[in-house]
Amino acid sequence: MLDYLWLIPALPFAGFIILAVIGARIPRPVAAAIGAGSVGISALVALSIAAAFITTPPHGHVYTQLLWGWISVGGFKPDIALTIDALSLVMVLVIAGVGFMIHLYSTESMAGEKEGYSRFFAYMNLFVGSMLTLVLADNLLLLYLGWEGVGLCSYLLIGFWYKDPANGRAAMKAFIVTRVGDTSMAVGLFIIYHNLGTLQIHEVLVRAAQQWPAGSTLAIAAAALLLGGAVGKSAQLPLQTWLPDAMAGPTPVSALIHAATMVTAGVYLIARTHVLFTLAPQVQLAVAVIGAATLLLAGISALTQWDIKRALAYSTMSQIGYMFLALGVGAWSAAIFHFMVHAFFKALLFLSAGVVIDALHHERDMFKMGGLRLQLPLAFWCFLIGAASLSALPLITAGFYSKDLILWETWTSASGGPWLWAAGLAGALLTSIYAFRMVFLTFYGKPHSEAPRQIANHSGLRIRIPLITLAVLSLIGGFVQLPETLGNLPLFSEFITTALPATVAMSSTSFEGTMQYFSGSVSLFGVFIAYIFFLYNPLYARNFVEKPFGYALHCFLYGGWNFDRLYDALFVRPFVLAARANKRDVIDLLYRLIALLHIVSNHLLSAAQSGLVRRYAFGLAIGAVIIIGMVVLR
Amino acid sequence: MMTFFYISAAVALISSVLAISRSNAVHALLYAIVSLLSVALIFFMLGAPFAAALEVVIYAGAIMVLFVFVIMMISSGPGSTQQERRWMNFRLWIGPSVLSAVLIIELFAVMSPPPEPMSAKPIIESKQVGIALMGPYMLGVELSSLLLTAGLVGAYHLGKRKDDAAQTEDVTIHD
Amino acid sequence: MTSVPAEYGLILAALLFAIGLAGVLARRNIIFILLSIEIMLNAAGLAFISAGSKWGQADGQVMFIFILVMAAAEVSVGLAIVLQLFHRIRTVNSDEANTMRG
Repeated sequence: MLDYLWLIPALPFAGFIILAVIGARIPRPVAAAIGAGSVGISALVALSIAAAFITTPPHGHVYTQLLWGWISVGGFKPDIALTIDALSLVMVLVIAGVGFMIHLYSTESMAGEKEGYSRFFAYMNLFVGSMLTLVLADNLLLLYLGWEGVGLCSYLLIGFWYKDPANGRAAMKAFIVTRVGDTSMAVGLFIIYHNLGTLQIHEVLVRAAQQWPAGSTLAIAAAALLLGGAVGKSAQLPLQTWLPDAMAGPTPVSALIHAATMVTAGVYLIARTHVLFTLAPQVQLAVAVIGAATLLLAGISALTQWDIKRALAYSTMSQIGYMFLALGVGAWSAAIFHFMVHAFFKALLFLSAGVVIDALHHERDMFKMGGLRLQLPLAFWCFLIGAASLSALPLITAGFYSKDLILWETWTSASGGPWLWAAGLAGALLTSIYAFRMVFLTFYGKPHSEAPRQIANHSGLRIRIPLITLAVLSLIGGFVQLPETLGNLPLFSEFITTALPATVAMSSTSFEGTMQYFSGSVSLFGVFIAYIFFLYNPLYARNFVEKPFGYALHCFLYGGWNFDRLYDALFVRPFVLAARANKRDVIDLLYRLIALLHIVSNHLLSAAQSGLVRRYAFGLAIGAVIIIGMVVLR
Repeated sequence: MMTFFYISAAVALISSVLAISRSNAVHALLYAIVSLLSVALIFFMLGAPFAAALEVVIYAGAIMVLFVFVIMMISSGPGSTQQERRWMNFRLWIGPSVLSAVLIIELFAVMSPPPEPMSAKPIIESKQVGIALMGPYMLGVELSSLLLTAGLVGAYHLGKRKDDAAQTEDVTIHD
Repeated sequence: MTSVPAEYGLILAALLFAIGLAGVLARRNIIFILLSIEIMLNAAGLAFISAGSKWGQADGQVMFIFILVMAAAEVSVGLAIVLQLFHRIRTVNSDEANTMRG
């Protein structure tokens, strides 16, 4: 069964090629069937491979399939090879599974598009194929190919409605900002290849552990550069500014690319090259600090957004911050666990938000919603479940188990500590506040004065099935990893430890239960705060914002801590100024001089071309006289 | 013998100078013929009677007749002589004269040391020339025939009066 | 037998050549230019004959014949061009035939 591994990325690619070539000439249902079907079959293959992998694990819990050699230049011989182990398997299942759900949802939600229906599915299939290549890649070069492929699809899909220039700008911003990270990652790959002589991931990790002592400069450089790539892709500080603008794309795109899968590629990269980060403890600590800082910054910014999708985008940044925090303290399996659960509930949140947005005719302002729980019951319940899972409401939601695991391992890990834990806990409080702020603003309260206009509630089966499936997964998805205090069933981390090392725990487990009560009550307290401020008496919040200081703070946070302005002032404007100052390129002067030389000599020669025969004869005669003179005077 | 040489050399030089400096084309042509004839005499004195005969027949005869034809066709009456006189002024001759003088000085310098005392040389008969032509210079003769053919074709082609085409091209040149 | 020294012939050739050159450079009338060229060619032929006489070989006369052939061809084509030019621009002034000016 594992022999069919190549089918997993190949099917979406095949779908992409078919749709790209003949997509415009086939009827919409066929395009939808190809688009969603290829990913669906890919997901089925992934499921059966998962079953085969778990029931009869291959030797060493790793299976590699060599497809063909890529290039062979000197000693550089990267292969097109796919590798599956526990980590890749989880990624593949989530990407193909959630990807299929979102494709199914899109077949209906994108039906209103006048044009670009098959284009949309072509891009989406290309994305899924690239993402699967990324997580299945056996060497870092193939991984990089997938990495750039998903970046390209992200660009294409953010700018899907390309007729609005703002969308094109958002797409370019996403592309360019991630490019900064990608460049850093490419340099990191050069360092790795130059010093270790291979890009095959397993070999890299083995040789790095042998050749680089812990804390050596090369290990730090390589890990830091890879971290740069991960930070760019996963929208962490300081390259996080592109993600909120990326919400310009269609909602399924936001759900699939900018919430569930692509933005977690950085998490996957760090987990995949974990040995490098273990060898560079400073960089690993930086990962944790970046994660903690991002989760706090993004969480606070999420509180001020009025656009439901931007709020969700900040929430995504914040949740990936949790994953980085987990990676930074060495809680590898917790990070992957949170990635999986996050993919479920964040996709669910985006999709149900998409239902709301579609029902309100592309209205994304939460303050113009309100009281929608009666008109859109399905979206309400799904959003509520997603928000509960996001806020990690105790016991019943999957988010509780994953976030609790991260917090607990942050506390106990050798490289963690109370400060990072406190940041995580504060983030948990923020999370539940902004999650339920969204719920209360959107679905509770009085219907906004403009709201009672036509509400188009016609969710068909192809929207209901993904929503309900993801809702169920958001609730029960956490039961694969029960903490010691609650059943002690660590199936997931046992599975992941076949690929990633277990967390180095420091303290005893005696008060894990206490901590869980604590974090659980923090989540509930956050819901209570949200209730007070945004439902019970919205004037509290409004009065605060109307004060000058509050207003300034609101604007500051609304703009995502004004990172955009900072970067604009630091990089964009000086660059534009320099470009403007150098409009007549200095280097070009040299070439212009050469051109000038030719023009001048052309004028001279063309003046010699007088058209007067006698003058030519004169020239000939003078030449003859000179030559004879040279012969005579020699 | 030398007296004849000096006389004909003087005639050749003088008539050449007159040939290039006359305003009247027909006069100039006649001077040129005189120059060619005197050079033919010198050929004879240099022991090349065959070349002398060719000079008279072809140069002074055929080629100059061509000139006569052309002059008759294009220059009409005393107007052209007047015009020629206007085209020639003294200053125009300075440059060419200086250049020619320099060339002569150079050529004399090349030809030094001065000529040795004269010695009798054999006369080269037309038979020898013919043998040389049909022997080692066979290829040259063939090439000459090609050249003459090309000249014939070229002259025929250029000399054709393309009335219609010429009319339109007239316009393009004069505009 | 002849007793005229070949070097004298060469000197005369040089003088004639220079005169012809002056004519080519000084005259505007194309017919005169062609005429001057004939004088120059003739001078070149004289130089060959003189050299041939000096060495007592027939090659000098052979070269003269080639020059003659070339002169004939040149004159026929040249005069045809003169006729064509006169037909087109109504002048034999070479300075006015300057449409190729750069």
